[in-house]
Amino acid sequence: MSIKIQNVSKKFGSFTALDNVTLDVPSGTLLALLGPSGSGKTTLLRIIAGLEHGDTGSIHVEESDVTGLSARERQVGFVFQHYALFKHMSVFENIAFGMRVRHLPDAEVRARVMELLHLVRLEGLGGRYPSELSGGQRQRVALARALAVRPRLLLLDEPFGALDAKVRQELRTWLRKLHEEMHVTTVFVTHDQEEAFEVADQVVVMRQGHIEQAGSPQDVFDHPATPFVMDFLGHVNVFHGRLEAGQVHLEGFAMDTPEYQHSGSRDATAYVRPHEVDLHRSAQSDTSLPVRVVHVNPAGPVTRVRLISESFGVAINCDLSADRYSELRPRPGEDMFATPKRVRVFLPEDYVI
Amino acid sequence: MHPSSMRIKKSVGAMVATEPFWLRALLIGAAYLIIGALILVPIVYVFVQAFAEGWTGYINNLVRDKDTLHSIWLTLSVAPLAVLFNTVLGIAAAWCLTRFKFPGRTLLVTLLDVPFAISPVVVGLMFLMLFGMQGFFGPTLQQWGVKIVFAWPGLVLATTFVTLPFVARELIPLMESLGDEEEVAAVSLGANPWQLFWRITLPNIKWGLVYGMIQCNARAIGEFGAVYVISGHIAGETDTMPLRVEKLFQEYNNPGSFAVASLLTLMALGTLLGKYVLELWIARQIASHQSDVEGT
Repeated sequence: MSIKIQNVSKKFGSFTALDNVTLDVPSGTLLALLGPSGSGKTTLLRIIAGLEHGDTGSIHVEESDVTGLSARERQVGFVFQHYALFKHMSVFENIAFGMRVRHLPDAEVRARVMELLHLVRLEGLGGRYPSELSGGQRQRVALARALAVRPRLLLLDEPFGALDAKVRQELRTWLRKLHEEMHVTTVFVTHDQEEAFEVADQVVVMRQGHIEQAGSPQDVFDHPATPFVMDFLGHVNVFHGRLEAGQVHLEGFAMDTPEYQHSGSRDATAYVRPHEVDLHRSAQSDTSLPVRVVHVNPAGPVTRVRLISESFGVAINCDLSADRYSELRPRPGEDMFATPKRVRVFLPEDYVI
Repeated sequence: MHPSSMRIKKSVGAMVATEPFWLRALLIGAAYLIIGALILVPIVYVFVQAFAEGWTGYINNLVRDKDTLHSIWLTLSVAPLAVLFNTVLGIAAAWCLTRFKFPGRTLLVTLLDVPFAISPVVVGLMFLMLFGMQGFFGPTLQQWGVKIVFAWPGLVLATTFVTLPFVARELIPLMESLGDEEEVAAVSLGANPWQLFWRITLPNIKWGLVYGMIQCNARAIGEFGAVYVISGHIAGETDTMPLRVEKLFQEYNNPGSFAVASLLTLMALGTLLGKYVLELWIARQIASHQSDVEGT
């Protein structure tokens, strides 16, 4: 089922949680709402679920307008961050709840619960109580409970937020697999960009109640629309400079920026990701910046090198691949040249971090 | 057991042992003395007085006196009604105050304590003023043929008012700490308000509710001041057990008075026992839950 969100705004007192948000979620997609806390992502999710109602705007599921419908009438599966399992009910009864309140025949309920227990790999644990399960198991019960009533949409609010790193990783992979089997339109909220990119088909980056950028994970990562998205999706090096006739002049180097052909000179900010900085022992071009190596951390899949450009007083982070590192072996205190392989330039009116 | 927790236990024990023996003996002795003198002795004395004429006298005092019998019946019907009303009102109040945010919410929470703060006699007078013949609603009620003052509806009303905060006071902090997560989850799964209450809210608050009801019941049975004023104190009609105790005592019928008093005391002790059993039961539930969690 597709979701069409049109011009939805929501205020809590004087705080604007959502500011005129419009978003289409095509049928069968797994979409991530990504953003820092307070960006409105959870509010948007709760409005889609009908747990919250927008001050303005409309929500359509497929072609029908569900704006005025309550959560009960929307047939939406909702998974809460802290599971919200019914403490006094067994796993079996938790999963059965949605069917029990609809008075489905007992045999049907039993069959469906067994099917779901199998799906979430909790066979044999139907008689346990939530307090007897681990965090990961509880979250899977919550998911099974939400799926039991065959919802038109599946909504997950920071589903893995309360779990430790390893379990979180397992559940992500598992959610992706589950989605491929079930094809229920799914929206999940996260503040973890890695999680969003790994699991989702579509990523929507939110900030201060509006959508900053929407697109495929690769699209958003490779072509961030704003400095905020650029900054939010990973570490960045920031350079300040001037834009003049299709060239940006930064502290220590200049680069061509054919997309900005302004006449006159104006302020500009350039962003370079650490893995897009290369390091050499000799100057490569006029974009190379003389730097001194401050710190080298070879732990992990990439080697993190901290550099400082002494003439301009700029600190630069550089991530080297393992191969490049073993080839180069930079040592702290060494003088080298940093060459940005890729620079993204934003004009100040675009955005100021 | 974890070594550090053992060490803590030991040091706590050592701290207790540093108090000199005579001080401990004195304090513990004083505690027993006070409880004995103020609580145990009077209770025993009530029964001694009640049985002054032996078993047969005791039974006769309770059963042969028609007014006493009526007062027992009246108390046993007024108190459960008050508990029933307060259960419904208490749940509604707790629900309203914990699940909705609205202006004046804190004021309402404070007002909920008014029945505890006001002297019961004043409560009785208040209702007398409102529903009595000289009162605000009195003439209208009489036209409709409804009798509240000097009749059992007045007793129920006054008792309900005086015991109003028990259930709500018990439930408000409980429901606040439970939060509304499970309820929201149930709604998203399609539960209607009725199903939500019976299947989710009630099972979660049941022990707090029973506890509140027990306390409410104890207070309702013993209520004297408000009921004294609004009942008109009519023997065989509006006298409840506490009122009957007082009346028999005024009539110098000590054995009769103490017989009813002993019955009231037994009811109170029964309530206390119920509370104690409930507390044990809940503690055991929690303990078994925890050992289950540790076992997995």
